[in-house]
Amino acid sequence: MNPGIAAAAFDVQRVRADFPILSRTINGKPLAYLDNAATTQKPRVVLDAITSYYTDINANVHRGVHELSGRATDAYEGARERIRAYFNAASVREIVYTRNATEGINLVAFTFARARLGPGDEVLISAMEHHSNIVPWQLVCEATGARLSVAPIDDQGELILEEFDRRLTPRTRIAAVTHMSNALGTVTPVAQLVRMAHARGVPILIDASQAAYHMRVDVQALDCDFLVATGHKLYGPTGIGVLYGREALLEAMPPFMGGGDMISSVTFERSTWNVLPYKFEAGTPDIAGAIGLHAALDYIESVGFEAIAAHERDLMEHGTAMLQAIDGVRLIGTARNKASILSFVMDDVHPHDIGTIVDREGIAIRTGHHCAQPVMERFNIPATARASLAMYNTREELDALGRALGKVREVFA
Amino acid sequence: MSELSDLYQEVILDHNRRPRNFRALPGASHTADGHNPLCGDRLRLYLKVEHGIVCDVAFEGAGCAISKASASMMTDAVKGRTVTEVEALFERFHRMVTTPPDLPVEDMGKLSSLAGVREFPVRVKCASLAWHTLRAAMAQRAVVSTE
Repeated sequence: MNPGIAAAAFDVQRVRADFPILSRTINGKPLAYLDNAATTQKPRVVLDAITSYYTDINANVHRGVHELSGRATDAYEGARERIRAYFNAASVREIVYTRNATEGINLVAFTFARARLGPGDEVLISAMEHHSNIVPWQLVCEATGARLSVAPIDDQGELILEEFDRRLTPRTRIAAVTHMSNALGTVTPVAQLVRMAHARGVPILIDASQAAYHMRVDVQALDCDFLVATGHKLYGPTGIGVLYGREALLEAMPPFMGGGDMISSVTFERSTWNVLPYKFEAGTPDIAGAIGLHAALDYIESVGFEAIAAHERDLMEHGTAMLQAIDGVRLIGTARNKASILSFVMDDVHPHDIGTIVDREGIAIRTGHHCAQPVMERFNIPATARASLAMYNTREELDALGRALGKVREVFA
Repeated sequence: MSELSDLYQEVILDHNRRPRNFRALPGASHTADGHNPLCGDRLRLYLKVEHGIVCDVAFEGAGCAISKASASMMTDAVKGRTVTEVEALFERFHRMVTTPPDLPVEDMGKLSSLAGVREFPVRVKCASLAWHTLRAAMAQRAVVSTE
């Protein structure tokens, strides 16, 4: 197991000590990293696992009889098993490595949905999706003559369930919904959405990119058909992601990309496909990324979801109260079930100006549309400032944000 | 370290608060839309060009203080100038905001207040948006009137 892991009683300072980048300064101030919804920082165990792969066992996987290739394959497949356990999939055959969540959605859109879609058919998404769960569906709709149907959200940023249900029509061929909005923080009732979709015989994909580092995501409990997540938001490296797919569905789907590793035999007349999950993994994969992700998932579980959730809930309450106490600040996204995202606007100060001014204080927040332009349009704003939390954030960092917003007010007095 | 006051100079804050020529321009001979997808800044620029002279110019839109102030100052700067002069002004402005911060830049009067963005590289495009939109608007005309 990994050394240097926080003990059972949650100690944020011990957690922070595991993340090398958190001790650096920005513009002469201690870094307060509040842009976790964009990407999380990496604990030392992840960096060590990647370095150790390259220094000790670097070789290509699934080929070669030499010692290193075998060890690299073991580590790579060991990571797959770790991911399977993390999401509680029934089998490693249901765990496909991708580059990121976006690639997973594209894979499902093009190899599963496309063949089922025709003119007049529908793909159902929600109004709080980010671009990666909109654009792939638009592409397949354009290619097939199908229509993208969008279930609306209310003023709090909650999905309107009756509207979602109403849009599950006899023409709906697939639904794709986020587990947690990156722009609003809304946590959707995914298990209920899956039940609604299945009641109409509609398969459903869950985008767990944001949810998976805050809460337990169990594909069997959710009973979803597909689920995507990305490694770099799970405290792991960039370039590695996961697609979960129900085995029977994956089995029936054609390959997404062709190349080495995804075939069982190749002749110029005809090739046959490898078994699951390799059928969907063409070419040399991100071996180091998979190994880094393994270490990241170990790290998350060693800290524990309960401890993480309790800590992040405390931060959310503190941050929400802090922001609400500032004159002229308005929170965007006030869903009852909400996690780790504080999106806000401030009078007529543009979020971009807020971002620059708080950056001078060492505080990293995201400003803009968060790759969710339709969400911004829904609230009739061009952009928001967004502080997004992870397990290593502190109340002090949120207080520093509050003071920095005071400086914003001074500049734009 | 650069200071915030280099970026948010009083003249910029003033143009942000009270943008000049901030309106639609009925009867414009040229319009173009500028969009900065990264931060969501959007503006629409209107020009009324007669006999090679920018007789009137206006803009609308939503954006950060830098992009709004830059658009406002630009409209003041180009009004009454010939198209050739405006082209030259674009070049000078572009050079000013893209020169590395440790090198001296030409004095452009009020427009020089935007030279502070050089210390904030991600904000350079905010200052440039209006100018690129201006150039796009004029290019429509250029296509029509190429000799």
